[in-house]
Amino acid sequence: MNEPLVAKDFTSSQEVRWCPGCGDYAILKAVTKALADVGAKPESTVFVSGIGCASRFPYYVETYGFHTIHGRAPAVATGLKLANPDLDVWVVTGDGDGLSIGGNHLLHTLRRNVGLKILLFNNEIYGLTKGQYSPTSRTGTVSPSSPAGSIDTPVSPGQFALGAGAKFFARAIDTDKTGLGDVLRQAHAFDGTSFTEIFQNCIVYNEDVFAAFTDRRNAADTQLHLRHGEPMLFGENNSKGVRFNPEAFALEVVDAAERRGDVLVHDEANAVLARLLIDLQLPVALGVIYKQPAEAFERAFYANHPTGMRRTKSVADFIKGPNSWKVE
Amino acid sequence: MRKNAAYQAAQRRIPLACANTLNCASCDPLRGTTWRQYLFFVNKNRNLKSIVVRLAGDSGDGIQLMGSQFAVSTALSGRDFATFPDYPAEIRAPAGTTFGVSAYQINLGGEPITTAGDAPDVLVAFNPAALKVSLPMLQPGALLVLNNDSFTPRNLAKAGYDADPREGNTLDQFQVVTADISHLNLEAVRSFGLSKSEGGRCKNFWTLGLLLWMFDRQLEPVEAWIRRRLAASPTMRDANIAALHAGHAFGETAELSASLPQLSVDRARMAPGEYRGITGAEALALGMAAAGELADRPVLFCSYPITPSSPLLHRLTRLQELGVGTFQAEDEIAAICAAIGASYGGMIGVTSSSGPGIALKTEAMGLAVSAELPLLIVNWQRGGPSTGLPTKTEQSDLYQAVYGRNADTPLPVLAAASSGECFDMAVEGVRIAVRHMTPVILLVDGYLSNASEPWRMPDVGSLPRIESRPVPEGSDELDAEMLAYQRDPDSLGRPWITPGMPGLVHRTGGLEKDYVTGHISYDPDNHQRMTEFRQAKIDSVAGFIPDQGIELGDSSGEIVVVGWGSTYGPIYQAARRTGASFVHLRHIHPLPRNLGELLTGFDKVLVPEMNTGQLATLLRDKLAIQPISYSKVSGQPFRISELAGRIEAERKGDAV
Repeated sequence: MNEPLVAKDFTSSQEVRWCPGCGDYAILKAVTKALADVGAKPESTVFVSGIGCASRFPYYVETYGFHTIHGRAPAVATGLKLANPDLDVWVVTGDGDGLSIGGNHLLHTLRRNVGLKILLFNNEIYGLTKGQYSPTSRTGTVSPSSPAGSIDTPVSPGQFALGAGAKFFARAIDTDKTGLGDVLRQAHAFDGTSFTEIFQNCIVYNEDVFAAFTDRRNAADTQLHLRHGEPMLFGENNSKGVRFNPEAFALEVVDAAERRGDVLVHDEANAVLARLLIDLQLPVALGVIYKQPAEAFERAFYANHPTGMRRTKSVADFIKGPNSWKVE
Repeated sequence: MRKNAAYQAAQRRIPLACANTLNCASCDPLRGTTWRQYLFFVNKNRNLKSIVVRLAGDSGDGIQLMGSQFAVSTALSGRDFATFPDYPAEIRAPAGTTFGVSAYQINLGGEPITTAGDAPDVLVAFNPAALKVSLPMLQPGALLVLNNDSFTPRNLAKAGYDADPREGNTLDQFQVVTADISHLNLEAVRSFGLSKSEGGRCKNFWTLGLLLWMFDRQLEPVEAWIRRRLAASPTMRDANIAALHAGHAFGETAELSASLPQLSVDRARMAPGEYRGITGAEALALGMAAAGELADRPVLFCSYPITPSSPLLHRLTRLQELGVGTFQAEDEIAAICAAIGASYGGMIGVTSSSGPGIALKTEAMGLAVSAELPLLIVNWQRGGPSTGLPTKTEQSDLYQAVYGRNADTPLPVLAAASSGECFDMAVEGVRIAVRHMTPVILLVDGYLSNASEPWRMPDVGSLPRIESRPVPEGSDELDAEMLAYQRDPDSLGRPWITPGMPGLVHRTGGLEKDYVTGHISYDPDNHQRMTEFRQAKIDSVAGFIPDQGIELGDSSGEIVVVGWGSTYGPIYQAARRTGASFVHLRHIHPLPRNLGELLTGFDKVLVPEMNTGQLATLLRDKLAIQPISYSKVSGQPFRISELAGRIEAERKGDAV
C-alpha cells in the first residue's frame, strides 16, 4: 500500500469530455504526473474550478474536487484554505473565468497571497459558449460576437498578476511536458499564491493562436526558458541572448557569442525584470518569471488569530457583557 | 436655566388636564405645582406605566452613544425597555439640517416593553432641526429639554424656522425646559485645556448626566464605561466624566429641582434570571458562536461591509476565543463563496448582508443547494429597491428569501422577532443547515441590528448539541463517491465529508449530479428525481420544528393578527390592547405543519408587514387561506396605535 503513487493513480474514473486534440488533455497528463512526482496525497489534495472548458478539470483528477460557479473558484478556495490550511488546494480557471467574470477575485487572491496554486488555461477565446472573443483575445479577433474584429485591448495575465501584487508568476505551454512539469512542481512548492499561465490550444475555436512560438520547429528561436541564476540564452546552441537596453529601457536580443557579458542573468526576485520579460514578444519568456516569497494569507490569518481558530473559552464566558443584573 | 415665553405659556395652558378630556381649558392642575408633581399627576391620571424618551441632535453630537448608555443605565435600574436608533445614511450630514438629525428613542417602564414607543413623552433636542423633526411625533404635554445655545438665527434658518419656536405658540402644548447646554458644558470642562470643539464634544455626556438625574439613576456604570472606552486619552476621559457630573449636578441644584422633573417609572416584573441589555447584532454574534460550540466546529464568518449588517462583523471580531474567525471579502459574492468553501472544509460557514448584497449572493446559494453544503446566510433587511433606505428598516426581502433564485432552488427561511431572539435563531439556523445539509436564510432587519432590549441569558450548556450526520459505515458495495451521497432517510441530509478525510475522495459541484454516485448527470429521470429530492428535503424541515403556538389570545375566534420579524413588539401591544389573538412566525419556509389548521379557526387573518404584503402572499400560496394584508413601507416601525386602530376597524367591518 505504501508504494508511491503514479500519474494514473490521480486519474479519475470519469469520462473526459474535452474535444479531441484539445490542449487540456496534455495539461491533465502533466498535472497528474506532477502530483505523483511531488508525492501528493489524493485525500489532502483538492481541485477547485469555476465554469468553462478548463473548469471541468476537477472531475478528471482522483482527488477531492469542487466544480463551483463562474469566476468564483478563488473565493471558494480561499474559504477552504482558511478552514483547512493543510490541504493542497489547486484552482483551475480559464481566461474568461479568471480574468473576466472572476477578475475581481483573482486580483484579491493574488494580493492576499492565499496559499492556492492557480492554473490559468489561456486560449484567448470562450470555448464552452462557442467561440466568442475573451479578455485575452488580441484586438481584431474575429468571432461570433465580433464579426468585424474585436475592438478591446487584451489584458496581459502576467502584468495583471504583478500589478495585483502576485508573488509567483510562471508560464508554460500545454504540450511542453518538461517545461510545464517543471513549472507545476515549482508552483506546488510555493507557499502563497502561485499563478501559472498555461498557453492552451483550443483546437476548435482558436487553433494555433500561439503557433508563432509553440511550433516545435521554431521553438529554439522563439522560446526563452528561464532559470533562476542562469543567463538568458536561447536559439540554436544558445547562440542568442537577452540584454537590457538602458536607452530604450527595454529588453533586446543580442548575439550571445559577441556580447556574452551583456546577457542578463535571470533573477526571479526582480519584479522590474519580470515586467519586462512578460512583455517580451519573440522570444516568449517561459518558466518561473517572478517569485518573491512572502507570508501566505492563511498563515497570517492563523498567526493573527489569538487562539488559531481553536475554542479556548465558552460562550458562557462572553455572554454577560459589561453590564448584567439579576432578577430574583 | 431660563423660563422662556413658551414655558410660561405652557404653565398657563396645560393640555393634559383631567382624565376625561384632553385640552380641558378649565382644568389647570399644574399651576403652583412642581414639574415632578406634574409628571406624577400625568402618570396617575393616564395610568402611564412607561415613558418614552427621545434624544435628537446632529449626526456628530454623539446621540447614539448617549442613547445606548442611557439604555444600559435603564437596564441596570431594573426597568424593561426597547430602543430605536434612528439615524441618517450619511456619516456626518451637514450640521444643523433636518436631514442630518440623528435620534435615539427608548421606551422604558414596568410593564412588558416590546416597542420603542409611539409618541415620546420626553424630548431632548440639541438644535432647532432636531426639534423640528421630532415635534410631530410627540405626545401632547411632552416635556422638551432644549439647548438654548443652538437656537441661533443661522441654525433656525437651516432648520427652516422663520421665527424662534421657543417664542411663538408652536410649543404651547408642551412643557419646555431650556438650558444653555453648550455653554454650561464648556464651563464644566474648561479646566482640561481642551479646544472649543473638543470640549463641545462632551456635551452629550453633560446632557446624559442631567437625564440620569431626572430618572434618579446611578452615575457609576456610565462613568466606568467612559473610563474603559477612553482609557487611551486621559484628558478626554476626565473631561467627559466632569461633564457627566456637571449635568447631574445641574439637575440636583436646589433652585432647579422645583422646575425640572425627576421622573419615577415603575420597575418591571420580569421572570427571574440573569439579564443584560442586548442588540440584535450582539445576540446574533453570540448565537453564532454558541452554534459553533454546540456543533464543536469553528465558525468562519465571511462578509463584505454593508449597512446595516456591519455591526455583526464588528461584534464577531471580539469573539475569537470562541473559535470564531472573520474574513472580510472583496465583495458580496466572494463573501458567500468563501463561506461555502469554509463549510466544504468542515467549518460552519456564515455570511451576512442586506438586500442588495443578498441579491448578489443568489447564484452562490444555488451552488450550496446543489452541493448539499450547510451555510447560514443572514439578511439584515432595509428599505429598497436598489440602494433604497440603507439605515431604515423594512421587511421586504421575504419574496427574495423564499422565491428569489433561478430554477427550483428551495431552502429554509427563518426570522427573528426581537433583538434577543437573534441568538436563538442563529442557533436554529445552523442546526437546520447541518441536519439537512442545506443553506439557510435568516431574516432580520435594520431595526433589530441596533435596537437593544433586556435579555435573559440562556444556559448554553443546556441547549441540545448540533450533531452532524456521520459518515456511514463503509459497506463493501459502495465506493467513496456513493458514500458521499448516502442521505439520511428523515432529514435527507448527506454526510458532511470534508477534504482531508482518507478513503472518501469524491467530486461535487453545481452541475446536476447523479442521485447515487454524484457524477455529472444529464439524465432526464435523474433530474426529475433530484429536483423532487431537493424540495422534499426542505419540506422535511417542518417535521423537526415545533408546532406554531399563539403569543396572545384564544386559539380561535373573530380575528388573529399574524406577524413575522421585528414587528413582534407593536403587534403584541396592539393585540393586547384590543384583545385580538396574535400568532408570530419564526419559521417562514417551510411553515409549521399546524399553521393552516390554526389560522382557519379565525374569521379574519390580519397580516401587518413592513412591505406590500409578502407574507400574506406566502400564506395564500401555501395554506389556501385569504389573509388581509396591512402594509406599511415608510422606513419606520409600526405604531401600536395604528395597528390597534386597524384591528378595531377590521372587527367593525369598516376597514379601508
